[in-house]
Amino acid sequence: MSITVSRTTARKQRPADAPTGRPAGRRGQRSWKGYLYALPALTVLTLFILIPLGQVVQISLYHWDGLSASTWAGAANYAEIVGDPLLRDGFVHSLVLLLFYAAVPVALALVLAAATTRAARMRGVSVFRALLFLPQVIAQVVTATAWTAIYAPDGVLNQMLEAVGLKSVTRAWLGDFSTALPAVGLIGTWLEVGLCLVLFTAGIGQIPRELYEAAKVDGAGAVREFFAVTLPGLRGQITVALTLTVIAALRTFDLVYVSTHGGPGNSTSLPAYQIYNRAFNTSQVGSACAIAVALTLLILVLTFLITRLQPDETEEGS
Amino acid sequence: MNDRTPAPRRRGTRRRRYAAVALAAACLTAAAACAPGSSSGSGDGAAKSAGPVSTDPAKAGKVTLTVWDQNTDPGSDASTKALNKAFMKKYPNVTIKRVSRSFADLKTTLKLALSSANPPDVVQANQGYPDMGTFVKAQLLQPVDRYAKTYHWDTAYPAQLLDLNRFSGDGKTWKTGNLYGVSQTGEIVGVYYNKAKLKSLGLKPPQTLADFQTALAKAKASGLLPLSYGNADKSPGIHLLGVVQALTAGKSEVRKLVFSEGAKWTGSGTVKAATVLRDWAKKGYLTQGFNGQSKDQAAAAFAEGKSLFLVDGTWQAAGLATKMGAEKLGFTALSPKAGDTPVTQGGEGLAWAVTSKSKHPDVAAAYMNFLVDENGMKLSADYGNLPALPPASYSPRSGTVHADVLAAWKSVSEKDGLLPYLDYTTPTFYDTLTAAVQELMAGQISPEKFGQTLQTDHDSFLKSR
Repeated sequence: MSITVSRTTARKQRPADAPTGRPAGRRGQRSWKGYLYALPALTVLTLFILIPLGQVVQISLYHWDGLSASTWAGAANYAEIVGDPLLRDGFVHSLVLLLFYAAVPVALALVLAAATTRAARMRGVSVFRALLFLPQVIAQVVTATAWTAIYAPDGVLNQMLEAVGLKSVTRAWLGDFSTALPAVGLIGTWLEVGLCLVLFTAGIGQIPRELYEAAKVDGAGAVREFFAVTLPGLRGQITVALTLTVIAALRTFDLVYVSTHGGPGNSTSLPAYQIYNRAFNTSQVGSACAIAVALTLLILVLTFLITRLQPDETEEGS
Repeated sequence: MNDRTPAPRRRGTRRRRYAAVALAAACLTAAAACAPGSSSGSGDGAAKSAGPVSTDPAKAGKVTLTVWDQNTDPGSDASTKALNKAFMKKYPNVTIKRVSRSFADLKTTLKLALSSANPPDVVQANQGYPDMGTFVKAQLLQPVDRYAKTYHWDTAYPAQLLDLNRFSGDGKTWKTGNLYGVSQTGEIVGVYYNKAKLKSLGLKPPQTLADFQTALAKAKASGLLPLSYGNADKSPGIHLLGVVQALTAGKSEVRKLVFSEGAKWTGSGTVKAATVLRDWAKKGYLTQGFNGQSKDQAAAAFAEGKSLFLVDGTWQAAGLATKMGAEKLGFTALSPKAGDTPVTQGGEGLAWAVTSKSKHPDVAAAYMNFLVDENGMKLSADYGNLPALPPASYSPRSGTVHADVLAAWKSVSEKDGLLPYLDYTTPTFYDTLTAAVQELMAGQISPEKFGQTLQTDHDSFLKSR
């Protein structure tokens, strides 16, 4: 067991275990010097991320058209996010997308990855991985355009459905109020499943074979092996995969911008799309910034919760 | 085997968190020293707009004129290039630096360019509150009234075309006050028809909404798709509604609605138009799955002879004529009653305007005049554009769609039949209206609810103004 634990903990816990039992004075001195070394990075971070972030927060407290003088808005822009059904729905839509972008790909990739562990050695694994990763490499605008063609009333999807006698279910998938959001979501699933699978197969490769052999000796079947060995061994990768896919889901913009413009109606309108639209099209820069701040906070909270979901490795390991 | 205790780590992260919050707060207070936008808009535009006008750019010395336009489609790109070349040939001391952006790119970048220290001299500004209104409010454009007098723009253009380029000095009221630009091209939305198909159904080109609906029903009965319509891009919904509403509500009502002169979107004319649209969708007069079909797909289907009608703007004429043949394609604008002046929505191309910070406003105005005088209009027409003021020398061959388009534009623009685009109503109206049209036509909301949705947007605009 010790091999696995040291591997997983080495990844993220070094600063935490170092100070234990050190005298407080030395520790304080050490951290000062540490900050000095971090100064160049901190300067860049402050200049290009923290200050703009501060400005976004500041602008979000004003009514501003982007050009003329602004007027103080206080929390009005934030109140609007709660009060305006259009904005509120946008956030609800992104939560629905979480299912398609994060939950489904992670679950699907876990099953697929577990299946591949049963195969002892595969030829051409790198090619397979590259292919799986392809959706991540293609520009999202291209992805969106291609999927729009697939979902079109006379697109490939409807042609296939017709060919198997399902003409009654054919529809304009992106133009139908009931299917537009799931249709966009499925593009997300397609995008993210490859990423998760590549992460997980790489992770499984790092799990010592002895564990699998031990499981076999103990008489564990495929399912038992998955839950006893594969899943615990992949905890780190699952956290990473969830973090990446959740962020991807919440900041989805290009897909919607290209494929539906938020429509039909507002059924695929998302916060990121609203931010763009308000900042550049409707001269509501303050409101756009408020949505941006809210979205950032939501992403921070969710990613924080994801790291919490994973029990401390130290407690697990001992 | 692992003797680590998680507690110090937690305390460490908490400390770091406090530090981060403190740092963020520091940035905030630093940034909060001045409110956004407070430094912009030093109103020297007004000062410059006085004084005598020099109409001869040759006397201006060496001048570089930076011009931002949106003429990226083949016709207008070619005519702009030709006019720029001719201008520089006539005035060798003037160099025109042209920056051409697509409409969407221009919309997002022009604001930044205008508010920079060295803005372009001449820009094409989109009419309405979100663009021109915002620019005027921030005093980034200068009034061109004195140039309008000098170059007689004020008499050459019909009042309704000039008014679209007018704003009060504070940018809060549209269509009144100072003139901020002139337009080179015109455009209206109307009904394109396939002449052969119309004839085979035994029909004449429709003149009224009743004619049009009869033709739609007849085409449907014969198994032909009556009207090509793709609304995935959202903007075609405005066009289709506008064409119908112009007839059901009448021109004065539509103008009152768009220019906030007391009419209500919940009024019977608008609700009637919404009902008509919903019925067309219900009866299968429109392309199936229209909310998932793009406007280009709809236009292409019409050009291939798959439908009888297409409701679209005059900007489609050149493309459709190339595909179908100019003789086989017809264009018309509908009238409230047979024999009346047609009324339909439309407008003029983006206004050419002079920026407040331009160092050579007189040269800029001379350039604008070069674009919109008789010669400029003629050249624009030669490249397939519809000139705002068609010169007498421009006469496309009769029996072609170009002749139809010109005739429709002339009667609509000169006989007071031009209605504004509905999304001009408020800065957020484009979003509200396009989403509501999609909902209406998919049967998600009733025509009455449709009117209420639009009125709500309008009310909140009036309150905030």
